[in-house]
Amino acid sequence: MKSGLYGFLFGMWGLIIIGGGIMVVLLGPFSIQQFGDFHWIISSGIKVTISLILVVIWILILSKLKNYIFKKELKF
Amino acid sequence: MIELIIPAIISCILAFFVVYFITPPLIKILVKKNYTVKDMNKKENVMVARPGGISIILGIVVSELVLYGFFQLNEILAIIITTTAAFVIGYVDDRKVMGGWFKPVTLAIAALPIIFLGAYSSDLAFPLFGDVQIPLLYLGLIIFMIPITGNTINSIDVLNGVASGFMVIASFTLSICLFILQNYEIAIVSLPLGFVSLAFYKYHKIPSKIFPGDSGALTFGAMYGVIAIIGGVEIIAAIALLPAVINSFLFLSSVKRVVEHRQIKGKPVEFTSDFKLKATNDKTAPVTLVRLILAGGPLTEKQVGFAIFKLAIFSGILAIITAFMMGVSL
Repeated sequence: MKSGLYGFLFGMWGLIIIGGGIMVVLLGPFSIQQFGDFHWIISSGIKVTISLILVVIWILILSKLKNYIFKKELKF
Repeated sequence: MIELIIPAIISCILAFFVVYFITPPLIKILVKKNYTVKDMNKKENVMVARPGGISIILGIVVSELVLYGFFQLNEILAIIITTTAAFVIGYVDDRKVMGGWFKPVTLAIAALPIIFLGAYSSDLAFPLFGDVQIPLLYLGLIIFMIPITGNTINSIDVLNGVASGFMVIASFTLSICLFILQNYEIAIVSLPLGFVSLAFYKYHKIPSKIFPGDSGALTFGAMYGVIAIIGGVEIIAAIALLPAVINSFLFLSSVKRVVEHRQIKGKPVEFTSDFKLKATNDKTAPVTLVRLILAGGPLTEKQVGFAIFKLAIFSGILAIITAFMMGVSL
């Protein structure tokens, strides 16, 4: 059991590193200039949307990982 | 460098000894006033003083005020104001049972001083890949971060000594990471949290003489969250906190809604005849970190606590590796 927990911790760590990389690659260079003074608000709004989608995907992957690692223990 | 070392030593000594010397008389006062709760994990009818948040917040405020005398940083003011607000929120919840909305909403409001004082940078730093600038999103992150860290620490305050012991490991890890990243002033500002937790652990460890209560747990969590924001180490802080994050994640993914622990009917853990903790087969009970640890067989309360500390040390090592990775670019 305990090795499963360490594996899950390590998996979460890996997901954070990879998720962070995707976020930097997707959101880092992203900018919109054609909306005058409001461009940063629109850029931020789109970045918020992309980030929320990434977080949802991250949680779904984490749920799958949890079910895979703890498939025996989660039969409570 | 000497101008940093002297304030660091003074604040750490104050943080430790304020809690160390104030907690015993606080226990006496709380017991005299009958502010005690039953220790549910003991065979005998043991009553334990609560809340210990009072000595925790005193240790933090005194040491941070001394640091403010040396550095005059808005970041220190943000720590003092937000952490004190979190203590008050927790104290209200200790005295009176509030609705499930109360803590998240009020803790989000408690995070506002960080924004008003400008004690943050809107760059989110990731290991290997660099920074991403998210001005608007970062404001949302600040508002969410304090309720999340506060409630995450609160959710692992289930066994004697676990919340304070876990904070000792996580907060010292965060300080080490800040030193690695050469953010020396914030590293020094973060040190009192570890020393306050260490001093409180002396009275909170098994068998507990005092419980931190919501006021103590939220104070720990809120200060941890503020340090993560002002130090620009949000990702590292999340990694150091992973065992507690797992606990919240398992809980939420099993009950599938935001709910107060006391509203849950099913019991995740029960006792064996020799009073060891054992995972139940109750399908209505939430899945928690303790329940998963106990899936391997019954353990004593002390053994479960140490299993959690080992997980905290493991995630602390991952956090330190991540701090070193911050300096590496792909």
